[in-house]
Amino acid sequence: MSVAKDAALLVGAPRSNVRGKPGRIGTDEVIGQTRPLLAVENLTKHFALKGGLLNRTKAVVQAVDDVSFNVQTGETLGIVGESGCGKSTTARLLMHLIPPDIGSIVFDGLVVGAADGGLSHRDLHRQMQMVFQESYASLNPRLPVAMSIAFGPFVHGLAKPAALKRAMKLLEAVGLDPILFANRYPHELSGGQRQRINIARALALEPRIVILDEAVSALDKSVEAQVLNLLVDLKAQFDLTYVFISHDLNVVRYISDRVMVMYLGKVAEIGPVEHLYRDPQHPYTQALLSAMPSMDPRRRTLKAPLAGDPPNPISPPSGCRFRTRCPFAEAVCETAPPALMAPPGEELRAVACHMRVPGSGHSRAATVVSA
Amino acid sequence: MTQAEVAKQPVVSVENLHVRFVMRDATVAAVNGVSFALEAGQVLGILGESGSGKSVTLRALMRLLPPARTRIEGRVRVAGHEITAMDEAALREVRGTEIAMIFQEPMIALDPVFTIGAQIAETIMRHEGVSYDAANRRSLELLEMVQIPSAARRLKAYPHEMSGGMRQRAMIALALSCRPCVLLADEPTTALDVTVQIQIILLLRKLQQELGMAVVFVTHDVGVAVEVADRIAVMYAGRFVEVGPTEAVIDSPAHPYTAALLTSTVLGSAFGRRLEAISGMPPDLRALPEGCSFAPRCRFSEDRCSASMPPEFAPTPERMTRCLRVAGREIDLGGPNLSERNTSRP
Amino acid sequence: MVDVAVLPADSAAAFKRAQQGKSYWRRVWERLRDDKVTLAVIGVLVMLLIMVVFAPWFTMHDPYTGSVLRRLKPVGTPGHWLGTDEVGRDLWARMVFGGRLSLLAGVMPVFLALLIGGFLGVAAGYVGGLVNSAIMRLTDVLYAFPSILLAIAITGILGSGLQNTILALTISFIPPIIRISESVTTQVRHLDFVEAARASGAGPLTIMRYHILNNMLGPILVYATSLISVCIILAAGLSFLGLGVTPPSAEWGLMLNNLRQALWVSPLVAALPGVMIFITSMCFNLMSDGLRQAMDVRL
Repeated sequence: MSVAKDAALLVGAPRSNVRGKPGRIGTDEVIGQTRPLLAVENLTKHFALKGGLLNRTKAVVQAVDDVSFNVQTGETLGIVGESGCGKSTTARLLMHLIPPDIGSIVFDGLVVGAADGGLSHRDLHRQMQMVFQESYASLNPRLPVAMSIAFGPFVHGLAKPAALKRAMKLLEAVGLDPILFANRYPHELSGGQRQRINIARALALEPRIVILDEAVSALDKSVEAQVLNLLVDLKAQFDLTYVFISHDLNVVRYISDRVMVMYLGKVAEIGPVEHLYRDPQHPYTQALLSAMPSMDPRRRTLKAPLAGDPPNPISPPSGCRFRTRCPFAEAVCETAPPALMAPPGEELRAVACHMRVPGSGHSRAATVVSA
Repeated sequence: MTQAEVAKQPVVSVENLHVRFVMRDATVAAVNGVSFALEAGQVLGILGESGSGKSVTLRALMRLLPPARTRIEGRVRVAGHEITAMDEAALREVRGTEIAMIFQEPMIALDPVFTIGAQIAETIMRHEGVSYDAANRRSLELLEMVQIPSAARRLKAYPHEMSGGMRQRAMIALALSCRPCVLLADEPTTALDVTVQIQIILLLRKLQQELGMAVVFVTHDVGVAVEVADRIAVMYAGRFVEVGPTEAVIDSPAHPYTAALLTSTVLGSAFGRRLEAISGMPPDLRALPEGCSFAPRCRFSEDRCSASMPPEFAPTPERMTRCLRVAGREIDLGGPNLSERNTSRP
Repeated sequence: MVDVAVLPADSAAAFKRAQQGKSYWRRVWERLRDDKVTLAVIGVLVMLLIMVVFAPWFTMHDPYTGSVLRRLKPVGTPGHWLGTDEVGRDLWARMVFGGRLSLLAGVMPVFLALLIGGFLGVAAGYVGGLVNSAIMRLTDVLYAFPSILLAIAITGILGSGLQNTILALTISFIPPIIRISESVTTQVRHLDFVEAARASGAGPLTIMRYHILNNMLGPILVYATSLISVCIILAAGLSFLGLGVTPPSAEWGLMLNNLRQALWVSPLVAALPGVMIFITSMCFNLMSDGLRQAMDVRL
């Protein structure tokens, strides 16, 4: 059932990343497949809503449903979607902050959580860290920021002085003068500075992959630009791989090599960033891109591409979850959920839509539909 | 005021507005000399980042600020009423009827323990003195006007039973229930998903045109301002640094801050190029420096910029700028011409 | 907090030069400094504490020896400036020495309840699930009894005396402390910085120590001081009923009981212990309020 086992679909073949130069990955040069740094398969998480007298399960929130994708070493995978799509839940599943119901995560060839020969959760955390959305609750208000940064290494056995020394070095790396900032408290800093501390905290354990969950969303636009520049620099400096989650399509386009679009807990489309933005194949992606406000006052948007709100993940529609808002929905969309497959002729992309699968029963299948 | 009288003069007229908050340890100068006029049927977009004073300016138009700590100076005239001179009781009559406000978070305006229909009907009955049935009929009309599907059923719904976009529409219906001639919008789309945001933007545009309201729309998002506003006022450290028609401001900004804001906005195909971030941080409103507030961060600044606050220059009759050097034609901001850079639109 | 002295030479120098930030507690202290009423109240309590601890220095008479000749002398009698009680003992001496037991019986139970209840509450809040349910439902059962009745019942079973009083009051106060510490822990547990700490691989105990406790301290402190004011009254009440401290020990509640009959003869003297209870309890209450105000620091 999971076509995602076919690694070729989801792997953007990497061009070797020359150190120091940010390179675009996965577009034209297909050198060969290497083992992905992170391979996620059939990830599923349902939350039970309990209530009533005996605390029985009233409803099930299908937050993430059978999600599979890969992340190559050195690339930035962008994940976009609107509220309820499951991207934040996916981030927490990757970090193992919540355990998945079904599914496996393989990090650099080792299965996470496997009893024999796998990667323990503790070791996973040394390799993969997360930067949270900036808020007053992202840093402990009672600790000086250097201590917040040093906490991770300290927990993993580094002595306090050494941990603090690393924290000071990281403060410098993120552009904050350690003399001025090490002993300050979060409430004394601006939003942009706090986010730099968050980034420093994520880097303290020297991870190989960093998940950024709406890392710039709460910042002013001018500060956002500063932090994005910083993230790009740090990626080159520390040889990192990024998973960048955001609802802001422009930011994702700027920073990502490949982009994955999620809708109601499932993957709608995944592919190299420019291909996806210039030629979106899934109707939802098309709607999402055309819903962005126009920057040209002479060509304002005249019609909303989608009506209504994103539906509730509690009882998602049967078959294709997008069918209730899709202008091209037909009978087959109601009965059969579309599989994530590469459209004919494009190995680097994958779309979950009946229209792109020849012979699926959709009237538009086997004809090329463009935006 | 009759419609004819209203049409003769600007619906909103603000002269030299200053708003200060007196706190325990310091006085925050939130708004420092804002003046503008708005005709009926026009939309003014106030564009600024957090701390620029845009929300405070909006609330000052209705005097919705905490009375104990706030000091307001200057003159504010809305729909013929002298807002700065009125007492609280008189203001209450005007709020919600002739001037209405919509917020970023609909739950500010909606009471969670009453149904939508009840809330709208109550407002109508209170201000227009009609019967409950008449108010209910009008509620239904309003919900249909804001394009809520199954409006009759939603009249009996509670706010928590509705989705985010629905709640936003319900709040707009509540705001428009007494046919205001001025609508104040405080970032109403910021918290919405992008597909819902564009629906609300289009709805507001349609309603504004149908009802002929003057709208003051506050936002930090350039794209939203472009979609909604006829004129844009860029705000920084409590002052308007630039005002002008939307096309003019976007195509050829007349203030270094506007130009910097436009180029630091992340747009499509900028991959590979470093974003031109504005260095430094916004000034502390408790201790504003003399002279131009943007000078410390401006790459064109000179000594005379920091000497004293530049006045409002009008390089053309429709535009205003607070930059000495732009007004004196010493620098050319060149205009990033965003319409060409945005290649993602079909 | 960071201990500068522990750092090796090179980064110690850097750290010492590092600008000290203003922690939350420092801001609380600054706000407290401006609050004259609370400072006065704290001053009164400190004075009381000193007098009570160094009682022999402050009194001239022995609190236990009385003389029938000197019974119920009024206020202002030379040599006994607050008069004497029904057995002739100097009232001032009795009050000061009595303060020892009254304060002990007032503060100790809250302190012990903080230790036990705090631990249980944080455990319930952090672990959640069945453990949470078990602890909280047990708390609910104890909550069903009004605290004074619970205390009476326990001392009734165990007998009177200072130790039993403290035990009974501790048990009465454990449920509210569990409630409040569970509530705060549950709130803090889901904040991003705790998730980040979990993501760093920290275990529950480490997280509790570095992230939960220091965020809980504020609300708990406020609540505990207000509990002390209640506890003083309850302890005095138990002694008044004969279930607490036994004679001839000096204790304010006991004194009130003993002086009850003297109310018609020498009302001022009879009321004095009550005044003391009132003042002390009120001071703790006002201190609690002042702390709450000072801690309402807008971050």
